[in-house]
Amino acid sequence: MKKTYHVNEKGYYGTFGGAYIPEMLYPNVEELRQKYLEIMYEDSFQKEFKQLLKDYVGRPSPLFYAKRLSEKYNTKIYLKREDLNHTGAHKVNNTIGQILMAKRLGKTRIIAETGAGQHGVATATVCALMGMECIVYMGEIDIARQAPNVARMKMLGAEVRAALSGSRTLKDATNEAIRDWISNPVDTHYIIGSVVGPHPYPDMVARFQAVISEEMEWQLQEKEGRSYPDHVIACVGGGSNAAGAFYQYLDDERVNLIAVEAAGKGIHSGESAATSVLGEDGIIHGSRTLLMQTKDGQITEPYSISAGLDYPGVGPMHAHLYDSKRAEFISITDDEAMTAGLELSQLEGIIPAIETSHALAVFEQRKFKADEIVILNLSGRGDKDLNTYIDYFKL
Amino acid sequence: MNRINQKLQEDKKLLSIYFTAGYPSLNDTVGVIEELEKNGVDMIEIGLPFSDPLADGPTIQASSTQALENGMTSQILFDQLKDIRKTVSIPLIIMGYLNPMMQYGIEAFCKKCQEVGIDGLIIPNMPVAVYHEQFQAIFEKYGLINVFLITPQTSEERIRFIDSISNGFIYMVSSAGTTGAKSSFGTTQADYFDRIGTMNLKNPQIVGFGISNRETFNQATKKAKGAIIGSAFIKHLTKNGTKTIADFVSQIL
Repeated sequence: MKKTYHVNEKGYYGTFGGAYIPEMLYPNVEELRQKYLEIMYEDSFQKEFKQLLKDYVGRPSPLFYAKRLSEKYNTKIYLKREDLNHTGAHKVNNTIGQILMAKRLGKTRIIAETGAGQHGVATATVCALMGMECIVYMGEIDIARQAPNVARMKMLGAEVRAALSGSRTLKDATNEAIRDWISNPVDTHYIIGSVVGPHPYPDMVARFQAVISEEMEWQLQEKEGRSYPDHVIACVGGGSNAAGAFYQYLDDERVNLIAVEAAGKGIHSGESAATSVLGEDGIIHGSRTLLMQTKDGQITEPYSISAGLDYPGVGPMHAHLYDSKRAEFISITDDEAMTAGLELSQLEGIIPAIETSHALAVFEQRKFKADEIVILNLSGRGDKDLNTYIDYFKL
Repeated sequence: MNRINQKLQEDKKLLSIYFTAGYPSLNDTVGVIEELEKNGVDMIEIGLPFSDPLADGPTIQASSTQALENGMTSQILFDQLKDIRKTVSIPLIIMGYLNPMMQYGIEAFCKKCQEVGIDGLIIPNMPVAVYHEQFQAIFEKYGLINVFLITPQTSEERIRFIDSISNGFIYMVSSAGTTGAKSSFGTTQADYFDRIGTMNLKNPQIVGFGISNRETFNQATKKAKGAIIGSAFIKHLTKNGTKTIADFVSQIL
């Protein structure tokens, strides 16, 4: 049998994944597991999905040859411009897919979790588009630090509910969304924002995000006469943009996959989100994966200057890519990321999201050959991070 | 015979109480257990606190957070329970999430349970299939009964499967929702209780989630063998401390 890094029929990537959920969630998750592939690959679904990606999201997103960045690092760098999508990041690829899924499952009420607010905004957006009720759980602390995104969600007609439990950030917002789903098992669909959660979520979200690497293939073919690069670089919090950028190349060993995690103030500073280095095998949000925890198995709170990367776990696909050494994992500190974000702004006229800045910082850490082709997934734009950039650089 | 099976043979409706280990204070665990038994409680679920208790409502979440702040760990719980069988004879069950048990080591955890005299485990986020394929042999080796949950949404086919791999009782979740007290049950619950009651399952059922007083206890146990009270008891501990446990139990029985 050919070696594969995709999910197996039981919902596992190697030993990671599965569906470690309370019985209360079983009927919903099982219904989704049984139907998701069939629904996703129906002609009418694909037609509607692709049409919306084109006319509403603005896809395909360009594959841009970054000339000045390439010159500086003496290699060929292409940027996959997910920042140009409607709502400013890759997140909307998944929410479009999942809202269409929810409609076909007959659900009328949508819930979601959000950390920085990007996934919350992307969910509120598609709910407005489809006229569906939308409730977004967000940690009380994140609500305070991400006021513009809270306002966006409200303007889009969503209700933002504060998660008051635990550390009052993304992991607790996810807990609250799961509790809501337990309490509303019949009419509600939970739109998870990353390749995390119980099977089939990691695989379903990866398949919706796979449009990123599907486009890379033909775009690169047009530009370079071959459909695969030598390296693909993407940042990883839960890991959805990386899953999308890697997807078509997972089993193509000609392509080196580089996953970039947030080291925060330094991997061993106690303020980090580098899950591959600091995490241990365990269970978070219904999935067996690597997660940051105490020796006693209590989940700990990560730190990163980027609100999109401070998740204590990582999707099970990425845990397996790390464990099997299929992907190269690199950790980038706050300072390295901020410097790289400023550099891209001034070399290419693109202000990246701080999550993406972590991926960009790889060029200072790791050398590539002059004739190698490197695609970096530019997962989001930096508008939402302006205040952080302003504070950091005293602009 | 396992103490749980013995207890289930008694000709009475069983009252089971859940509390969080290490709550209100770290060293209250043993005292609470002894006091509950002394006042006629039939079975106790000792909650092993977890940072992210997905199936729990605000009351048990808050008690878990407090217990963790008090310093509770799996090892401390086992140390506290070291001599529990010198003073307590009713069935004791540990209820907790899978991650802390995995970090302790599933086999080491089960072995410790047997050493201190724990009779069973309730692990709400352990998939039935994973138990069946990976853990059942270990549980059985250490004489532990695993208790599965069913809910109003669980299909009849799945209830029958769960019944077939259970060897103690089935934890019947009263309604869609997380743990937490309700003042009464409606007709939806009554229908559900009736439906399960007429399935002739081989394992008796004990109802949990939403039981808070004599009324809900009686409603829940009309068909079922017993009921579990958690959040209402935690609230009582939060308000009154550990001195008036007798008052709480006498409100139910």
